[in-house]
Amino acid sequence: MISLHHYLTVSALLFALGLAGLLVRRNMLMILLSIELILNAANLSFVAFSSYWGDLSGQAVVFFTMLVAAAEVTVGLSIAVLLYRKKDTTDTRELETLKW
Amino acid sequence: MVNITLLPWVILFSPLLAAFFIALFFLRSPKIAGILSTASVLISFAASAALFGFYLKNPSLLPVETAYAWISIPGLSIPFGFLIDRLSLLMLLIVTGVGSCIFLYSIGYMRGDQSFPRYFASLSLFAFSMLGIVLAHNFLMLFVFWELVAVSSYLLIGFWFEKPSAADAGNKAFIINRVGDFGFVIGIFMVWMLSGLGGAERTFLFSELATRIPDLAHQNLVTPAILTVAAFLVFCGVVGKSAQFPLYIWLPDAMEGPTPVSALIHAATMVAAGVYLLARTFFLIHDLPNVLETIAVIGVITAGMAALLAVVQNDIKKILAYSTISQLGYMVMAVGLGSSTIGMYHLTTHAFFKALLFLGAGAMIHSLHTQNIWEMGSLLKRMPVTAATFLIGTLALCGIYPFSGFFSKDEILALAYEENRVIYFAALLTAGLTAFYMTRAVWIAILGPDRKTHGHDHHAVHDAEPIMKWPLIVLAFFSVTAGFMGIPAFIMGGHGEHPHFNMAVAITSTGVALAGIALGTLLYARVKNRQDPLERFFGKAYDVLVKKYYLDEAFLALANFFQKLIAQILFIFDSKVIIDRGANGAAQLTAGLGSFIRYAQTGKLQTTALVFSFGLVALVAFMFLRGF
Amino acid sequence: MPFGLTSWILLTPALGGCLLLFVPKNRPDTLKAIAVLSVTVSLFLAALTFFNYDKVAGGYQFVDRVEWVKSLGIFYHVGLDGISSVLVLMTAILAFAGVMVSCSVTRDLKEYLIFYLFLIVGCFGVLVSLNIFFMYFFYETAVVPVFPLIGVWGSGNKEYATMKLTLYLTLGALLALIALLGLYFVTGLQTFELPLIEAAVTAQPLPIEFQMWAFPLIMVGFGVILTLWPFHTWSPMGYAAAPTSVSMLHAGVLKKLGAFAIIKLGIGLMPQGAAYWMPYVAWIAVINIVYCGLIAFSQKDLKFILGYSSCSHMGFILLGLACLTPTALNGAVFFMFSHGLMAALGFALVGFIYDQTHTRLLEDWGGFGKKVPLVGTLFVMTALASAGVPGFGNFIGEIMILLGAWDRHRVPAILAVTGLIITAGYMLKTVRGAFQGPLKTKGNMLKDATGAGRLPYLLLIAILLLVGLLPSLLLPSISAGTKPILERLASSGI
Repeated sequence: MISLHHYLTVSALLFALGLAGLLVRRNMLMILLSIELILNAANLSFVAFSSYWGDLSGQAVVFFTMLVAAAEVTVGLSIAVLLYRKKDTTDTRELETLKW
Repeated sequence: MVNITLLPWVILFSPLLAAFFIALFFLRSPKIAGILSTASVLISFAASAALFGFYLKNPSLLPVETAYAWISIPGLSIPFGFLIDRLSLLMLLIVTGVGSCIFLYSIGYMRGDQSFPRYFASLSLFAFSMLGIVLAHNFLMLFVFWELVAVSSYLLIGFWFEKPSAADAGNKAFIINRVGDFGFVIGIFMVWMLSGLGGAERTFLFSELATRIPDLAHQNLVTPAILTVAAFLVFCGVVGKSAQFPLYIWLPDAMEGPTPVSALIHAATMVAAGVYLLARTFFLIHDLPNVLETIAVIGVITAGMAALLAVVQNDIKKILAYSTISQLGYMVMAVGLGSSTIGMYHLTTHAFFKALLFLGAGAMIHSLHTQNIWEMGSLLKRMPVTAATFLIGTLALCGIYPFSGFFSKDEILALAYEENRVIYFAALLTAGLTAFYMTRAVWIAILGPDRKTHGHDHHAVHDAEPIMKWPLIVLAFFSVTAGFMGIPAFIMGGHGEHPHFNMAVAITSTGVALAGIALGTLLYARVKNRQDPLERFFGKAYDVLVKKYYLDEAFLALANFFQKLIAQILFIFDSKVIIDRGANGAAQLTAGLGSFIRYAQTGKLQTTALVFSFGLVALVAFMFLRGF
Repeated sequence: MPFGLTSWILLTPALGGCLLLFVPKNRPDTLKAIAVLSVTVSLFLAALTFFNYDKVAGGYQFVDRVEWVKSLGIFYHVGLDGISSVLVLMTAILAFAGVMVSCSVTRDLKEYLIFYLFLIVGCFGVLVSLNIFFMYFFYETAVVPVFPLIGVWGSGNKEYATMKLTLYLTLGALLALIALLGLYFVTGLQTFELPLIEAAVTAQPLPIEFQMWAFPLIMVGFGVILTLWPFHTWSPMGYAAAPTSVSMLHAGVLKKLGAFAIIKLGIGLMPQGAAYWMPYVAWIAVINIVYCGLIAFSQKDLKFILGYSSCSHMGFILLGLACLTPTALNGAVFFMFSHGLMAALGFALVGFIYDQTHTRLLEDWGGFGKKVPLVGTLFVMTALASAGVPGFGNFIGEIMILLGAWDRHRVPAILAVTGLIITAGYMLKTVRGAFQGPLKTKGNMLKDATGAGRLPYLLLIAILLLVGLLPSLLLPSISAGTKPILERLASSGI
């Protein structure tokens, strides 16, 4: 029997992986991927809790998140493409015009 | 049988409707405007006469009060209503009667002016406002029309607004009146408050106040000091509107308006409103001897000061203006001496002869194109009707038997003789001065030789057209006969104390007036050149009079102190302290703080993410430690 | 149909604005037609609701309610009470006049009209919302479009002015927001529904401590837009920089939104807090009247004169609010109505001439009365109305406020009367300088308003006169609206 704790552990691992990726990878695409991981970690806990409490609204939120994630990826990727065109790189260390 | 309750409505609103229609539809059709406006006043006059006639036959019905709801909300009710009593009936007749003459005269006087319709619209508005004051049955309604009179006088005095002096005069009249009204409003509020002290609901109604206010003093609900303050505050309005010392300075400047306007303002309407208010609210003051005395003193000061100023004027309208102020002083003095009846009596006779004098002066100005008395002369030959009626007006003003001015002035003097000898002598002196300055004006402007240097337009000078001539004749008739009409008896309603008659006073006053006339004749009958002999005799004192006691300068300095100096100081405070220090200071503080904190923004994506994660971790840790 | 009259008042300008998005820029006549039509419809509806409002029954009428976020107590809930039916009518009149005047904008008319219509939506929204969340939302909706409207289409020091104006109003709104959130939690009802909160407050007043700190936040927060001294400086500057129709709506309506919010949320919900703080407000009101009035004397730019004049007049509204008496409160609402029309008319007329002379300095004007008799006459009437001359609505409002203040704040009331002299002084000085005397060269080419261009001015002055002569047109509605507030005051022993 897979209990709530199992799901949550996997979720936490996924989250940690995503966060680590987000912080250490310099490639923008990889960062976007990491964000997806984080989102899915959250989704997983939502679903887990949803089934645990027998409340469907958790699953509704997941659909909502997926929708947002899709939108986010669309926008994120297009930004990445535009940045690549402009700067010839996807390395985030090069992108620091958002200061001062 | 005309419905009597309808008549006040007709009287009041027919001029307003005329003004309204002219303003909306007939601004480009002078003929219709003139006819409409004059017809409306004639209608008012006819209705007033009908009303007067009705109540003359049924005097027992008086006073009649009708009220309609105007403002009515919980806690405040201000009705709109009419009070018909002897006072308002008399005043209605004066306003519409003298007004009709002036309206008719205006058609001739203003012919050809490009703003002819605007003139008549304003004039009708003026008549409406004044009739409103007369008919008002409560304090607030009276105040509404009181202000409207100020507005319409503003419009009429500044009628030729492209002339800077006229525009300034309009402003001055309005502002000075406002200064008086400052006290008046507060006075009304106080009276309103006092009316509720007995436990009854507060009221603005004159009829209620007339019984309640004296009761308050009797029941010791209020100290006389409070009543005194309220009475003085209400009197402030009178000082402004009826041009008493020290607020009379607007009135001479108001001569900038067309001459019929001056006649209207100074004879039958605006300035009379103040005296009418005193008579209407006599219940406020007549138990307060110190208030009465102050009012009388202010009246006599005004009368004397203005009469002195009239002596040195060379502009015929200015002479008449100061004469008006002086006569208003007389009326106020009469009220202050304890008889509003006699004050109203003098107001009535004065309305006739002063309107006559102004219209006569207007006729002279109209055909001679000058207001300077030194440029007139030998008018008895050239403009016989005008000159003759002007002489009648002068004699009435001087108080010579049997002209109307004699009767009313004599009653005032007789009253003063009984009440207060100092005031009596001052008033007597003023009567002499009045006779003197009018004689001066008559000798120079009418009887003396034509002094105009380039008198090429001799042929053009003749009596005015009939529409301007007949009002003069009608007014002259009343100036002669008004003394025999039993006006005081009508106001008193056949009861109350008999009008004073004191043979000694009558003889003295006639003697003083004749002395003034003699002195004037002596000095001016032989003057051939344009040099005023008084100027030689008095030098410095003459200068002070020419400068009008420097009162205008004092007021100007006071006004500039507020509107220039204080305003500028406040503006600098506003822009330097509140805006620069306060608003911009806060903005600079924010900007400074921001420019310090912005160094935290490295622009590196992952630094931001790292800080964010630390924050998240810290938050979660915090919640764990708190145990959710 | 789910939406009733009130919603349609709100929706017509919004729909008009959305429709404008799809009209090509190069068809100005269509743009104008749509904009004018949408505000005409809402004016018609506003008049309909005003005349059909049952003054005897009182309370909220023409109510529309749609559930939105039920758990937070946020509903789309609109309706009219006596106060708002009067103010909505005023807003609709000004919106109509403002759009008519806006039609003379030449640059980027399309965008201008869109922003303008949404500004109107915001104004309506605040007045009709019966949910505090939406009231706040619409308040911000009203504040935001002003930023581009002044920043892009304004004149003079417009960037600084619009920044300042927006910051002031937003910061004020934030202060009020704190109090409103506090209200949300303090009532314990977990709702933003105004009728529910009002019912709760009627049954059981809010805790005194809460009222003590929340009322000043509301008073100052919404007082900023009411130009409560010393937070008034955004106003003259903003109006001077703003295009004509924005000044009209801002001086006419937006300022009154602050007063409206103070009446409904401050006085209405926290009577004891109001009773504690209002004596101070009365004195600030006097400062407003006298201080801003005197500053108006020293101004050289006509819009600055009108701007400071408007700040000075707000003192009367503040005084009316500060009294907490029936007469004064009703008078304050009446004054809001008539001042709205009067202020808008003043700005419209100055703007009309400015469009032709391109100068607003008093020293450049002079003798214009002969050139533009209609506009000149109307300006004189505006000046007289502003000076509190009977016959115009302002007089009724002022006299009611002063009568109401007499028992509560006597010394401030007496000092406020000086405001009547001061206003007469600077307004007549302005008339004297601008329209009287000999004609100055700047006015040589002036042309008077003709045709449909006269409509907005004549409409405003006609209504101003109408309510001045027959105040009973408005007073029953107003007193029906203030009645529950006054009852709450009375039951709190004030």
